[in-house]
Amino acid sequence: MDWRRFGFIALIIIVLFSVVVFIGQVKQPPLLIITSMLATTIAVATPLTLGALSGVFCERAGVVNIGIEGMMLTSAFFGWLGAIYSYHIFGFGNWTSIILGVVFAVITGALMALLHAALSVTFKVDQIIGGTVINILAVGLTGFLNRQLFFGQGSVFGGNVPGSPGVLQTLHIIPLTELFAPICGASEICLRNIQAINRVFDQKPIALAAILLVFISHYILFNTRWGLRTRAVGEHPKAADTVGINVTKMRYANVIIGGMFAGLAGAYFTIESVPSFEPLLTNGRGFISLAAMIFGNWTPIGAWAAALVFGSSQAMLINMQIFRDVIPPQLAFLQESYIVGLTPYILTMFILTGIIGRTTPPAADGVPYEK
Amino acid sequence: MQTEKPNSLTSQILQSISNASLIPFLAILTAVILGGIIIKIVGGDPFLAYKGLIQGSLGSAKALSETAIWATPYIFAGLAVALAFKGGLFNIGAEGQLAVGAVFSALIGYGLPEWLGYDLPAIIHLPLAIGVGMLMGGIWAGIVGALKAYTGGHEVINTIMMNYIALNTTSFLLNGVMKDPSPNNVIARTPLIAESARISPLFEGLRVHWGFVLALLVAFLIWWLLNKTTLGFEIRTVGLNPDAAQYAGINVKRTIIVTMLLSGMLAGLAGSIEVTGLNYRHELGFSIGYGYDAIAIALLGKSHPLGIVLSSFLFAAMRNGATRMQFLTQLPVDLISMLQALILLFVAADAIVRYIYRIKSKGERVVLTRGWGG
Repeated sequence: MDWRRFGFIALIIIVLFSVVVFIGQVKQPPLLIITSMLATTIAVATPLTLGALSGVFCERAGVVNIGIEGMMLTSAFFGWLGAIYSYHIFGFGNWTSIILGVVFAVITGALMALLHAALSVTFKVDQIIGGTVINILAVGLTGFLNRQLFFGQGSVFGGNVPGSPGVLQTLHIIPLTELFAPICGASEICLRNIQAINRVFDQKPIALAAILLVFISHYILFNTRWGLRTRAVGEHPKAADTVGINVTKMRYANVIIGGMFAGLAGAYFTIESVPSFEPLLTNGRGFISLAAMIFGNWTPIGAWAAALVFGSSQAMLINMQIFRDVIPPQLAFLQESYIVGLTPYILTMFILTGIIGRTTPPAADGVPYEK
Repeated sequence: MQTEKPNSLTSQILQSISNASLIPFLAILTAVILGGIIIKIVGGDPFLAYKGLIQGSLGSAKALSETAIWATPYIFAGLAVALAFKGGLFNIGAEGQLAVGAVFSALIGYGLPEWLGYDLPAIIHLPLAIGVGMLMGGIWAGIVGALKAYTGGHEVINTIMMNYIALNTTSFLLNGVMKDPSPNNVIARTPLIAESARISPLFEGLRVHWGFVLALLVAFLIWWLLNKTTLGFEIRTVGLNPDAAQYAGINVKRTIIVTMLLSGMLAGLAGSIEVTGLNYRHELGFSIGYGYDAIAIALLGKSHPLGIVLSSFLFAAMRNGATRMQFLTQLPVDLISMLQALILLFVAADAIVRYIYRIKSKGERVVLTRGWGG
């Protein structure tokens, strides 16, 4: 990551935040708006971050994965299904069911990734086609099972979707409010500001895990033997093979790791964000995370930064709803969620032009290895 | 020992057709068997389900007509994806281009007479409606082609982004300025297009229209373009090896843009014909899923126009027969999407099919796409 790109990321985030602050300041103090935006940004960037990490692991090992979208969708469905079955059929408690749901989602992601690895490493299918197959399969499978299991003839739940055991709860792991309470003393404003700032850190478990995983992934990829081997396999598989690294095994392993990330991203949708599933709910976020991966130049931290840009554009859309009534007439177009909703897509295309600096994919990305 | 008649042209053609269609055929067979097993697992009757599919798609003149109606946009969109494949490009954006084509055809169809203040003769109005839709679809894809040619932005992600942009923008338009103003309308759809912008039906009493014939003609036209013209040769050369094409003096950048433009025009045509020939308006959500179906069709048809016409019929028959299948077995229509995904899986991964049926590979590998290209 060069400074130009980080500067661009910072610039976009500042611009998006400023727009919301500018419009919302008549209703709420700026600090409150900024912290609320930050909290939303981190939360909604979660699936993008995890998706981008998924891409980083796959592509660093030399396997292009455009099936992340499909992996997310399938995991979201099976994670949700797992939670519901654990709760209603197997009679587990709320929390056990929710945790089991996350486990189911991660396993589903791994299995979908196994299919992708088999297609692209063993059968040497064109990897973009292989990913497209995963995406189409995901839409078909989740659409069919969703209808069949809940509404089909003889379905267990007899035509009505049962209530989910709930969603993961927000964690209060950085107790800023408690720490600063004595310092603030009786000052009402001080306390309110601290509470506002604290909200940024009050995130749900998967969101927090995603941030942790960014740094863990960075460490694994650039400071461990495993990471070195992964990168070797993605850059020059022949050389890696010559020194005794098992190219096939490394590629399988990394694609499956990537699938587990995508699975966790899927769990975000149905177990952390909202306790329900609807067909096509991922809505292109798997593809946007690929753009984040490219813009982050195939590094975990860079990809996270890029994911935050997309997150902030989505946060703008969400926060703008609160300020709908105070949008000045000159900026009336900001009321149209369809138009504001275009931001991440246009941003993605803009980033891919390489105007803000070219990126270099791993040299053997997308090339099947022939001994 | 094999006995061969090397000089018989017909036997050679038959031989090549059976060679080319063996793997797709086996892929379909495998998917159908696997689909049957899945139906059994979820508690349905596979034979009844397939019987329903066949009855519903081929059982009567009306069923056949409806299958042809489904096949029409599939042929156009399948050709769109296939043409891009030939040029080494992967157009996942047929869905968006189709929506753009449909919106503009509808706009010309209902808006032009209003705007001009008098009715146009059909001979001008209809070609104009179709032409504008087609052109806008082409431009929609052409933007991606230009980005690819001049900045290297990868067409896979860009076409997907353009899909979302197209769908968001059409939602915006169909819920706003283009919304059908009739008093009891709550659906996001345009008003009906004028009579003069409608394609007439082929037969009295059936819905199948001349657009279907146009689709078959266009399929032939694309075959001719790819195999008999300089442009087609350039597209195929760039698709096989852009470096070699550059070296041979072909303008690679221009060819990439033209390929995407033509591909988008075909996808736009699919939308235009749906509006002018079938629905007489554009309604939000009718095009969902066409883009992916088109990819499956192009792959199943091995990017050959004839193959695409045939696989379009297969997919159309499945979609059309699904209602009958649901009626007979109570299995949801979504089953078809899964069957199609399985077919696609086995077509794309022909190595699996070769392995199952012990067919030797001839060592040919078609390269369709190449990494991210930086």
